[in-house]
Amino acid sequence: MNLIRELWKSLIESLRGLGAITRFLLNLIAHTPRALVRFDLIVQQVYNSGALSLVIIMLSGLFVGMVLGLQGFQLLQRFGSEEALGTAATIGLVKELGPVVTALLFAGRAGTALASELGLMRATDQLSAMEMMAVDPIQRVVVPRFLGGVITMPLLAAIFSLIGIYGAQLVGVQIMGVDSGSFWSQMRASVDLRDVNEGIVKSCIFGVACSLIAVYEGYYAIPTAEGVGRATTRTVVTSAVVVLFLDYLLTAAFL
Amino acid sequence: MFAGLDMDIARGRVTAIMGPSGTGKTTLLRLITGQAVADSGSIQVAGTDMRTVRRADLYVLRRRMGMLFQNGALLTDLSVFENVAFPLREHTDLPERIIRQLVLTKLQAVGLRGAAPLMPGELSGGMTRRVALARAIVMDPDILIYDEPFVGLDPISMGVILRLIRRLNDALGLTSIVVSHNVQEITTVADTVFLLSGGKVVARGTPQELQSYPSDVVRQFVGGLPDGPVPFHYPAQDYFSELLAQGEVH
Repeated sequence: MNLIRELWKSLIESLRGLGAITRFLLNLIAHTPRALVRFDLIVQQVYNSGALSLVIIMLSGLFVGMVLGLQGFQLLQRFGSEEALGTAATIGLVKELGPVVTALLFAGRAGTALASELGLMRATDQLSAMEMMAVDPIQRVVVPRFLGGVITMPLLAAIFSLIGIYGAQLVGVQIMGVDSGSFWSQMRASVDLRDVNEGIVKSCIFGVACSLIAVYEGYYAIPTAEGVGRATTRTVVTSAVVVLFLDYLLTAAFL
Repeated sequence: MFAGLDMDIARGRVTAIMGPSGTGKTTLLRLITGQAVADSGSIQVAGTDMRTVRRADLYVLRRRMGMLFQNGALLTDLSVFENVAFPLREHTDLPERIIRQLVLTKLQAVGLRGAAPLMPGELSGGMTRRVALARAIVMDPDILIYDEPFVGLDPISMGVILRLIRRLNDALGLTSIVVSHNVQEITTVADTVFLLSGGKVVARGTPQELQSYPSDVVRQFVGGLPDGPVPFHYPAQDYFSELLAQGEVH
């Protein structure tokens, strides 16, 4: 009986949390037109979330592509179709690994930075000070960070996929000896716009989800060292679970 | 938290709100500034009812208010200059030349014109408070609110802030509200003092009147006595019976 009560309680809590974050998202959307007037603030956040994440995204993309090249070569060799490595690696990267791994890395690098920055601003009264200066912190601080993340994610995912394909080519063609012409021509022949679109849609939706979770957790962080730490941890954990869950739904929707 | 609290804050004067820790001084400031809404009663600020004010009107009213937070609350990603310029950039379309002049004037008033290019992390506690004060007055407010402005300051910085409170109030024709429990310091600049305890005003008057106020709470607070109406010990069961009792410590 106690177990049922606990489950019911946690279900209600989860629904309440979902309602709160949805309301927060609607609030951000309502503030977006006015925030767009100050586009320089959004550009600054694209730099903070995007440019500062470039190294980790590029390195990860390269290694993921190289692993994909190795594994793909081994598997395809069994069927005597190593030439299809370019297709396999590109589809895997553009449709799946690019958006998902980028979102997970974004949550770990930019998401935690956003959550802790907003949490510390709350803890040190910077958000209250803005309100006292008749400046709406949602519009001035939160929306530019949210939009910066939303704009950044598809760009980072594209860079990740691009570098990944290069990594797969590096291993497949340069090391394992797959024919370069076959690698590129099969890829161009088999990968169509639909595959690319799937990756773009996924990365855009992951961008909204990860940025929303980060700014929500940071904005409502308990204003203590422990509270900010918890908000940062929750940002990573929630983002990872939500991204993987959404990935399943979107993959099913695109079938 | 409050019951039967009745206060009038006079225009153009320095009013100190004092009281033991936990009596709700900061909460009272939050109610006055509209950062929190009272469950009942009435709070009027410059003719506006803070319980029913709409958000847009509240923001208009706040442009007439300045507030100095306990820790200064400077925006850590902006320099001292940009912190002071922040309200001007957000609320006006003044040319850069005018903004520069206004910011330097306010920084000069608090003695920190030379610190304009520094970042908040490079400032001492007293300097942070003074920059925050420059930012609070940059829009020429009618009301200036100080939340515990002396916490953690050395005697020199404290003296500087005290002088600034009085000087700015008189020079700019402000209405100043200072929340503090530094009895000796604040009574040197305040025109009127309210002493809060148990959710209501237990004493009001000039600093001189407060010194001889016929109340145990006031005597304990002004004299800094460790025990009295505000007890030294947090409520607990009998000391010896708890010591002798077997079982777990709570």
